Amino acid sequence: MNKSILNKKLLASLLVAMALTACKSTPMVDKPADVQDKSPSAATAPAQPTADNNADTSGIKEVTIDSKAGNSPLNDPNNILSKRSIYFDFDKDTVKAEFRPVVEAHAKYLAEHGSAKVILQGNADERGTREYNLSLGQRRAVAVKKSLNLLSAQDKQIETVSFGEEKATPNCADEACHQANRRVDIVYETE
Amino acid sequence: MKTLFRLFQTTLFLAASLTSAVANAALDIEISGGGAQQIPIAIVPFDQAAAASQDKISDIIGADLRRSGLFRVLETGGVASHPTDVAQIKYAEWAALQAQAITVGSITSLPGNRLKVTFKLADVLKQTQLASMEYNIAPNQLRLTAHKIADVIYQKLTGEGPIFASRIAYINKSKGRYSLQVADADGVNPQTVVSSNEPIISPAWSPDGTKIAYVSFEKKKPIIFVQSLTTGQRLTLANFKGNNSAPSWSPDGSKLAIVLTHSDNSQLYAINADGTGLRQITKSGAIDTEPNWSPDGKWIYFTSDRGGNPQIYKVSSIGGEAQRVTFQGGQNLSPHFSPDGKSLAMIRRDGGKFTVAVQDLSSGQVQVLSEGAQDESPSFAPNGRVILYATRTGGRGALAAVSSDGRVKQRLSESGGDIREPSWGPLLN
Repeated sequence: MNKSILNKKLLASLLVAMALTACKSTPMVDKPADVQDKSPSAATAPAQPTADNNADTSGIKEVTIDSKAGNSPLNDPNNILSKRSIYFDFDKDTVKAEFRPVVEAHAKYLAEHGSAKVILQGNADERGTREYNLSLGQRRAVAVKKSLNLLSAQDKQIETVSFGEEKATPNCADEACHQANRRVDIVYETE
Repeated sequence: MKTLFRLFQTTLFLAASLTSAVANAALDIEISGGGAQQIPIAIVPFDQAAAASQDKISDIIGADLRRSGLFRVLETGGVASHPTDVAQIKYAEWAALQAQAITVGSITSLPGNRLKVTFKLADVLKQTQLASMEYNIAPNQLRLTAHKIADVIYQKLTGEGPIFASRIAYINKSKGRYSLQVADADGVNPQTVVSSNEPIISPAWSPDGTKIAYVSFEKKKPIIFVQSLTTGQRLTLANFKGNNSAPSWSPDGSKLAIVLTHSDNSQLYAINADGTGLRQITKSGAIDTEPNWSPDGKWIYFTSDRGGNPQIYKVSSIGGEAQRVTFQGGQNLSPHFSPDGKSLAMIRRDGGKFTVAVQDLSSGQVQVLSEGAQDESPSFAPNGRVILYATRTGGRGALAAVSSDGRVKQRLSESGGDIREPSWGPLLN
């Protein structure tokens, strides 16, 4: 038993050695494409001056850019709206009862704030094929969207995307880790 | 027995340490198992004075044949003669080495910085010539020519189709960056096709090998691109609302089957290779994904959980009712056709393990070919004899290959890299 494993390893190292003797030849792929995010970031966007009758034109008016408005209930740790993740069972897209209060709170917020928009990001754990998990993450996002719709949030306020298993914490050793990866994150557009 | 074993170990260790100084290939290949009867072959080093700076062509040929598991490449260093043409072969010397076949050849210079590679294959016992080839090549085509020669030997002696003169594509995740790379089928000469800070998945070769379709998350959602390997030009094939994923080419290269989430759930669509002519193929309330076009163009096989668990179904490539294809195993996903259309490689989930399985489509018989536990992305070699797939080892992704009869296994890895999503491309001309 041990011998056969060792033998396999030895054979392997010989073949590795053979592969290593190989040199590079002329590239057949002439022009690799390099993808860089060229979209302007918030930090570089110019601040818009505001028309203000009471402005003191003799001095310089300070503009503070803060996309996460400090007093928003969305970010108040004591408010249920600060909870943004819905977790799922393996290969399932059912929104479990324990997450109803979170979904209801966000639905209520969206119904009361007609201009607010959310992106629902579906995720899956790393087990299974990447494409199937992409579809599974999508279906979870859609399940949350339907729950929000039923509670009066409008279609136009909600976008669903899936990252499949691509954003999952890799090499999970236990179920708790997998569980944390099977989720939909609710992301407000202003964030 | 033990002594013999130690000797074996020493020899191999020496071989490894001697060659590590010239290490250059990024993908290392390990092999285990072998055919029931390996053909003993002597590959006499070519007269290579005209291309002395390049890798030894006989080494490349030998490595290809050995990797197939079907050949025993003999050590020729102890043989007195050094033939470079059939007329010079002293058959008794090679019969004494127990060689069944012998190859000889040479590389000479041609005007205009070209090389002439000649190669002959002979049967040692019958003392007859089995094959004779001559190639007029540019110096940078020497490796490819070696793979073509290995293919001639492999075809003549095993009866199987060519396999070595081909390339593989895969995704390499390194330092948080994702690169779609293409390498020769022996793992040598990896080149980056596209790289991004966001995930890239599902590379798919066009049937003529000049383009690769893939899914990129660079815009924070999955979008399908088609990129030319020769010009680097990228076409956005599908960027519709929701997810755009799982491209699979039609055998004539004119269309792709893709997956969109227009109607919330993942459904199959067909689209022309220039991004026009979108047409819906499946309409179900379930997940329909991972389409794979049959080699005769008539069917699209795909994964669907319409029956409760993911299983493989087929639908006419012009749409219609889907029929279930897999019935054994808890889950079956990721169908990939053999080039002859007679069998289907897939990922099976049983007992919590994801393994590579192959199903004979006429008999329905299934054979599980890998141990798992997180294997995925199976694809056939151009001759259907080997299945390449992704596996995980030591917390990192690696590529593995298994012969379609399950006998020979290989593992390809890169030090420091996390490699996934392999796809075996077509033969090179």
